[in-house]
Order: sequence, then C-alpha cells, then structure tokens
Amino acid sequence: MANPPSPNRIRLLRWSAPILAAPLAGCNWVVMNPSGDIAVQQRDLILISVALMLLIVIPVMAMVVWFAVRYRATNEATEKDYDPDWDHSTKLELLIWSAPLLIIIALGALTWVSTHKLDPYRPLDRIDAKTAIDPKVKPLTVQVVALDWKWLFIYPDLGIATVNELALPTNVPVRFDITSSTVMNSFYIPELAGQIYAMPGMKTQLHAVANKPAKGIGFSANYSGAGFTHMRFGYQSLDQAGFNAWVAKVKGSQTGLDRTVYQALAKPSEKAPVAYFGTSEANLFDAVVNLCVKPGQRCMKELMHIDQMGGAGKESAHDTKGLQYDFPNSHVIDQEDRNKGQETAPDAPGASDAPAADHSSHSGADAHAQHR
Amino acid sequence: MTTAQMIFGRLTWDSFPWHEPIVVATFCAVVLGGAAVVAALTYFKLWGYLWKEWFTSVDHKKIGIMYMVLGLIMFLRGFADAVMMRLQQALAFNGSEGYLNAHHYDQVFTAHGVIMIFFVAMPFITGLMNYIVPLQIGARDVSFPFLNNFSFWMTTGGAVLVMASLFLGEFAQTGWLAYPPLSGIDYSPATGVDYYIWALQVAGVGTTLSGINLIATIVKMRAPGMSIMKMPVFTWTSLCANILIVASFPILTATLVLLSLDRYAGTNFFTNDFGGNPMMYVNLIWIWGHPEVYILILPLFGVFSEVTSTFSGKRLFGYTSMVYATCCIMVLSYLVWLHHFFTMGSGASVNSFFGITTMIISIPTGAKLFNWLFTMYRGRVRFELPMMWTVAFMLTFTIGGMTGVMLAVPPADFVLHNSLFLIAHFHNVIIGGVLFGLFAAINYWWPKAFGFKLNQFWGHVSFWCWQVGFWLAFTPLYILGFMGVTRRMRVFDDPSLQIYFVIAAIGAAIVAAGIGAMLVQFALSIWKRDELKVEGDPWNGRTLEWATSSPPPEYNFAFTPVVYDADSWADMKRHGYQRPLTGYQAIHMPSSTGTGVILAGLATVCGFALIWYMWWLAALSFVGMIGFAIFHTFNYKRDYYIPVEDVTRTEEERTRILAAGV
Repeated sequence: MANPPSPNRIRLLRWSAPILAAPLAGCNWVVMNPSGDIAVQQRDLILISVALMLLIVIPVMAMVVWFAVRYRATNEATEKDYDPDWDHSTKLELLIWSAPLLIIIALGALTWVSTHKLDPYRPLDRIDAKTAIDPKVKPLTVQVVALDWKWLFIYPDLGIATVNELALPTNVPVRFDITSSTVMNSFYIPELAGQIYAMPGMKTQLHAVANKPAKGIGFSANYSGAGFTHMRFGYQSLDQAGFNAWVAKVKGSQTGLDRTVYQALAKPSEKAPVAYFGTSEANLFDAVVNLCVKPGQRCMKELMHIDQMGGAGKESAHDTKGLQYDFPNSHVIDQEDRNKGQETAPDAPGASDAPAADHSSHSGADAHAQHR
Repeated sequence: MTTAQMIFGRLTWDSFPWHEPIVVATFCAVVLGGAAVVAALTYFKLWGYLWKEWFTSVDHKKIGIMYMVLGLIMFLRGFADAVMMRLQQALAFNGSEGYLNAHHYDQVFTAHGVIMIFFVAMPFITGLMNYIVPLQIGARDVSFPFLNNFSFWMTTGGAVLVMASLFLGEFAQTGWLAYPPLSGIDYSPATGVDYYIWALQVAGVGTTLSGINLIATIVKMRAPGMSIMKMPVFTWTSLCANILIVASFPILTATLVLLSLDRYAGTNFFTNDFGGNPMMYVNLIWIWGHPEVYILILPLFGVFSEVTSTFSGKRLFGYTSMVYATCCIMVLSYLVWLHHFFTMGSGASVNSFFGITTMIISIPTGAKLFNWLFTMYRGRVRFELPMMWTVAFMLTFTIGGMTGVMLAVPPADFVLHNSLFLIAHFHNVIIGGVLFGLFAAINYWWPKAFGFKLNQFWGHVSFWCWQVGFWLAFTPLYILGFMGVTRRMRVFDDPSLQIYFVIAAIGAAIVAAGIGAMLVQFALSIWKRDELKVEGDPWNGRTLEWATSSPPPEYNFAFTPVVYDADSWADMKRHGYQRPLTGYQAIHMPSSTGTGVILAGLATVCGFALIWYMWWLAALSFVGMIGFAIFHTFNYKRDYYIPVEDVTRTEEERTRILAAGV
C-alpha cells in the first residue's frame, strides 16, 4: 500500500489537477489549494473521485434532458416510436447495473488504498511527492487539548506550550496527539491536513507535514456549546529559522504551564487571547487524557488496569472518591471570570491582535445559567 | 423543596423567555393567530365536525390528510428557523454578532434539523403512505385502523412538545442528534435536551406503530391476485421503508432511554466519568440515523416511479430490477452508519469498509435512475406538474448523489466533514429527493384526495422559485465548504465570505417565495375547485387508486378489485373493464374513537411533566394512560356496517356523474 502511485495516475493528476483547479486559484479555496502534503493528497483524491463520477453523471444528466425533450407528448416526430408496453431489455439492464458497478469498483479500490495511505494514525513516509522519508524518523510531537472554548498546544519535545496559536516548521513531519477536556470537538487546519475528533478521556492522532511557509486558521469543526463559534486559532508554518525564532519567543515567556495553571485555563471562556508558556509540566497531557489533572482525581488508566486485573472487588463499589469528572455547570462561564475579562490567560502577548472581548455578547450564556 | 417546586417542578416565571424579544413577538403572533382560529371554529360551529369527522376518525384517508397538514404546519416552522439562520450568517461579519446570541442561535439550528426530519419529512411520508397504500392495494382501510389514529396523535404530541419549547423554557442547544457529553446533564442542565428526548420518544412510538401497521396492511390486505411481484412500486418502496422503520426506530428509542437514564437517574452510559463512553451514543444514534434517511427517500422513489410511468404513458421500465434495487438499498442502509464519523479515528480498514459499502448503495440507486430514464424513452411524456418535479429531481439528485459519494471517500471526508459542503450535500438530496418528491406526490394525488386538480400557474411559479432558490441557496454552501467553512458557526471573522452568505440568503428568500406560491396554489385551487373538478382518473393512471372515485368513498371500493398485472388499473382499462352497477352489499367498517386523542394527549402531558420534573403529574398521566388503554379494551363498539342503501346511493351518484361525462 505504500507503493508510489502508478504512472497512469500521476499522468491523470498532472492533467486534471490544473484544469480543475484553475478556476479556483483566484479565490480563497483553501481546501483546494492547501500548503500541507496530506491536504494536497486529500484534494487530489477529491478531484480524481469527481472525475471518475462525472464519467457517468454527465451522460446521465444529458440523457435526462435529451429523453425528456425528445419524447415529450407534443413532439410529433417521436409519435411513431411510442411503445407503451416496452418495459424490459436484458442488454440495457446489464448495462445499467454494470456501468455504475464498474465506476464503484474503481472508486472502491482507490478508497481502500487511499484510506490506508492517508490514515491519520500512519507515520508519514514522504515529505512531499518528491521527497521520501523513513517512517521511523521521530516526528515533532504536538499535544492538542480542546478546552472550552480555546485550544491548548503543548510541544513536549521543546518544553513549551501555547494557547490559540500553533506554529510548525516546514518539511518536518509532525504528530498531533489530540484530546478534549469536556465535550467532543474536531481539530481541523484546512491548510495542513484533514480533521480528527478531539474527545474527552480519549486520545486521537494525526500525522501531517507543512511544505511551505503559510498562514491560516484552525478551528473546531464539531459544535461544542455556546462559545463554539469563536473556537479558532492562528496557524502558521515557518521555515526552520523562523520556527526557531518563534520557539525562542515562546520560551521568553515567564509563565509556565503546570496543573494549577491548566485548571484555571480549562475553565470555560470565549475569545481567549493568544498565550505563551515558556515551560510546560511533563506528563500534563497524559493526565488530561486520563481525566486526572485535578489533585485527588484517579487516573482512568489506573482504573482500567485494576479492571483488567479482575477488578477491585465488591467493597470498592461505593469508593467513588476522585472518580467524578463531569460536574454540574461544567459549561458555564463563571460570572467572576467574565468580570475579570480575559485575565484567566496568564500571559497574553497577542492580546492586541485578538478581537476585543465583547462582554455584551455573552447574554446567551447568561440565559443558559438562569435556567437552573 | 417548596410547595411551588413540588407542584411545578422547575417551571418558574423565569422559564418564560421574556428576555428574547424575537420569541416574545412570535409568541404574541401565535397567540393572536391561535385565538383567531379558535374563534372562527367556534363561530362557524366546527368543533363538533372536526372532532367527529377528523380527530376521532380511523379512516386512513382522513388520517393521511391530517398527517400532511401536520407536516405542512411544521414545515413552515422549520423553514422559519432556516431563514433565521441564513439571516444571522449573512449579517454576522466585520465584528457584528448578528442579531441572535449563541443561546438563541444554537437552539434555532438544533430545532431546524429536528423539526425538518421528525416533524416535517416523517409526517409527510407517513401521511402519503397512509393515504395511498390501502387504495393502491385495493383495501378498505389499514390493518389496525384505531392504531393508525393513535399513531398520528402520538406524532402530533411530539410536535406539540417541540413547539412548547419555544415559549416555555428552551430547546436543546446540541445539534439535531444531541451528542453527549454535551447533551448530558452536566453540560446541558436546562430543559432543552429533555424537550428533545421526550418529543422524539412520544413521536417515535407513533412512527413505530404506524410502521407495523403499514407492513401488516401491505402483507395481509392486498386485493386478490396481487402477488408480491404485482404490487405497485410505491407500495413496494413503502413496504421497504416501513420495514426500516420497524427495524431502526427501536434503536433510537433505546438510545434515548440510555441518555434519559444518564440525565434523570445518574447512570453513566455516555458520560466522561465512571466508564461512560460517548462514542457509543454516536454509533447507536447513527445506526438508527442512516436507515432513517432511506426511510425518507424510499417512498419518494416509489412516487417518482409512479409519476414517470403515468406521465410517459408507459409501463415502468425494469419493474423487477426496481424492486431488487429497493431491497438492496434497504439492506445496505444498515451497513453504512459509520460514514457519519470517519473522523472519530477508527482504523483505516474499518473506515474503508464503511466508505465502500456507502458507495455500493449508489449502484442500485443509479440503476433506479436509469430505469426512470428508460421509462421516458419511447414514451409520450406529458409535462404536468408532477412530471416537472420528477425531472427536476433526476437532475438535482444526481448532483447530490455525486457529492455524497465524494464524502464517502474517507480521506476526502476528513477535509469536508461537518463543513458547509456537507450541509449543501444533504440538503441537495433531502430537498432534491424527499421534498421534490413530496411536491410531485401532492400535485399528482391531490385530485385523488379532493376531486379537483391544483392550479397550474401557481404551481409553475412555485416550481421555478424552488429551482432557482434552491441552487442559489446551496451552491454558495458547496463553495464555502471548499473554503474550509464549518457548520453551526454563528459569527465569522473573514469578511470575504460574506458575499456567499448573502447570495445564500437571497436563495432562501426565493425559496420562501416558492413556498408562498404553493400556499397560493392550494388556496386558489380550493377557492375555484368547481372549475378544476375531475372524475376518478384525471391523469390516465395505471394503478388501483385511480379505479375508484375521486375523492374515494369512505369504503374505497364497493367491490374489491381482482388484479392480474402490476399496472392493474391500466390492465383493467385495456381489457374494457365495466364498473358493476348492481349487486351492492353492506360494507363492514371500523368505528371512530376518541381513544387515540386521549391516550396521546396523556402521553404528551406525561412527557411535559417529565421535562419540568413535575413528578406527580408524570405519574398521574402515566397511570391515566395505562388505565385508559385498559378501559378501551372494554369498548365493544368497534365496527359497523354501511347499509347497502348508502352504498347503492353513493355508487349510483357516481354512475350519474360518469354518464354526464365531467
């Protein structure tokens, strides 16, 4: 499955991609014109599958119009063709079942191969169409936590973390480990690669690579509550020098990310400004995935281990200390936090760029809170 | 706990949305409109007529019409939600928050989806099947006429609960499938999700029972000679749709029971903590949800088959392959649910499996399309309104099918999932398939139900407004999907997107004009019904429903027809069928009963009480419901005979009309 595409497919691509992409070039069709290799391959797949389907869709639509016009009751020319009892033709039946079947066989094969090749969990074996890499090369790891309603990025290899800003070096394979703190979200940067759900208590993965310096946005593509619409972050890919400078800038921040800071950060807030953390506590992400950041919480993996070993016996049935994770009002912005504005984010160099906090816009959450 | 809390649960003065001016204005309009209707009904002394002739009727034709009316009313509500969304998204640019806050907007998009699927599309197709299927198979009514009335009122009860949420408390802010943990009690503590759960549970009972009823009807009550391969195609597709209903709605019920247990009893099926697993809910709800879309579209495939064949003046091409294609789709629709969440991170093999099964569905669907094509081939196609909607469907649905197969390729889905491309796709198939099919069906069978045709001019206006409006509203959404714009957004940062949303809003306005034209069409046709009058068979129909008068007498057929061919009425006409004019007999019919209204009313009250934690009322109405159901079993006045004189009079009247050659 890791074979390079056949010469025919490359030829088809080379011909079809520019023709189909040409009218799109002028606009901001990021999905059709991305800067990451994975998204480029996903784009190509869209174009190939459309081309395959048009092979049958265009004739069918043309025939609908043609037959409808030609055999209209007012057309005297076809009156002699009228055959009210003609309702079967084995040849035609074979054709109408086999034509779609053939297209689907082709598309099915393409689906099987491409789904495995572009599996988000699969380590990359190429930087771009021309450059292969060894999948065993350790990628840059970025841990992604979907919070209410902002994104936390932890770079464990670099010991730094950011809120609502993600930067990547170009031509370096990246592995995202993704989770969420409360409800389902979907982590999606159209420039870079397809999306994958961010789910609480679970870790999903996405492998990707950026091929040229670019700026864009990333966001949650799965509705997650009142603040969802503003759950967007800045994304940029930088050349190695630019990336190093960016890392140095983040490292310059005096604030560190530890469990206490994380808990404050995880409280629901909207339009959180960009924040940098010069240091980041090791294993924090692991604790987030296992729902045990708060002191006294018991980690899921520990419980799963106990269960795997046969459980902790009947006497443990009422021992629920440190197991509850969801609490009433988990999704409501504290009035106190709102009054403080965006100060929950400890270090906010990008605050001037971020849209000004608009307190009048939170009436939705107010109404939400009134009902209990 | 105070006395007030004991009585009213969590219902307080603050539960009324005083602070939402839009809702208050809507409320005033509804109250005034409602008062006007009640006053008019009282003034014209119509209450008794409505109760006796309609609400308590077990006649499948009247129940079918009531379903259609329910669907139409809810369609206007659901469309109002759509217009609100289009307006919000067209306005919320350049720092503007639009005119809806998150609390309101998030309810609007949730309600739009729930209403359009459960309380528009479902009542419409159930109503259609109710009206047409017994006539098409030559039956006098459905197998269980009382159950049919009860099913209708349960569906209405669910709709009432959804509408109540507009003015009492709030509706869910979760999206139309209410994924946990967001829909769990900790993240959605207010009444919204409870309204969602109980509205769907109450209506779901109705849907399941009506599915059982129609299966039994089709299997057991066909006219003599109508073997299974001589059934009209609409009856076939209805059979398959109802099998899907019976096999999939219990899954929805069970899933919602688990969610209710999480919310009411503190269990942990779908919570984050204590070993709950929200992914399980997503799987379960789509195991119901995917068959659901085929429940909606299959009966309309039947409609298109009937319409194409009738208006081409030809037998349907490939009847057998049409039937097998329908059955294929029915089975395959159970094997594709995971394509709604490829992005959850299943392995590549699992994703490919579901992607490929999804694509396989397009083979029988494609075969159907070819069958309709070759039905037109060498025909004499009359472009009456039903046929226009059918041709529009063929063109629109093909595009929608293509974008659907694009989404079935998992890596392509990774970039298009949850985007506006997806929104455009499913509106393309649901509007282009289900809604266009309903409009074809309404124009086709209206003369059957009421004895007069619909006005052509306003039908054409409506048709063209819909075509133009639809593409204007959804092409920008396809494009926005390629720009990486996701669904359910309330506010936008990028000003360059605004123009697309403005175009989409203009499209929605043109669709609104199309809906307006359709209402004018109905009103004008009723007004001028004498000019549009028709006899039994205005379209030169081919199936049994056209063999009787229009509108049919309450007993449908004075003599049960005998069937020799799939196009049985065309076959009868060809062989010089003569209506028997003597030898009438008294006809055994089921009696009307108010039990359905009362039971469904109690179920609705029970749902309402559970939503507001009024435990005493919930217990009382539940016990009342059981008690009344038992009481009803002692009702022995369940049937009666239409005297032979009445049958003779009705039939002789028809003989006179036929002789006059209207």
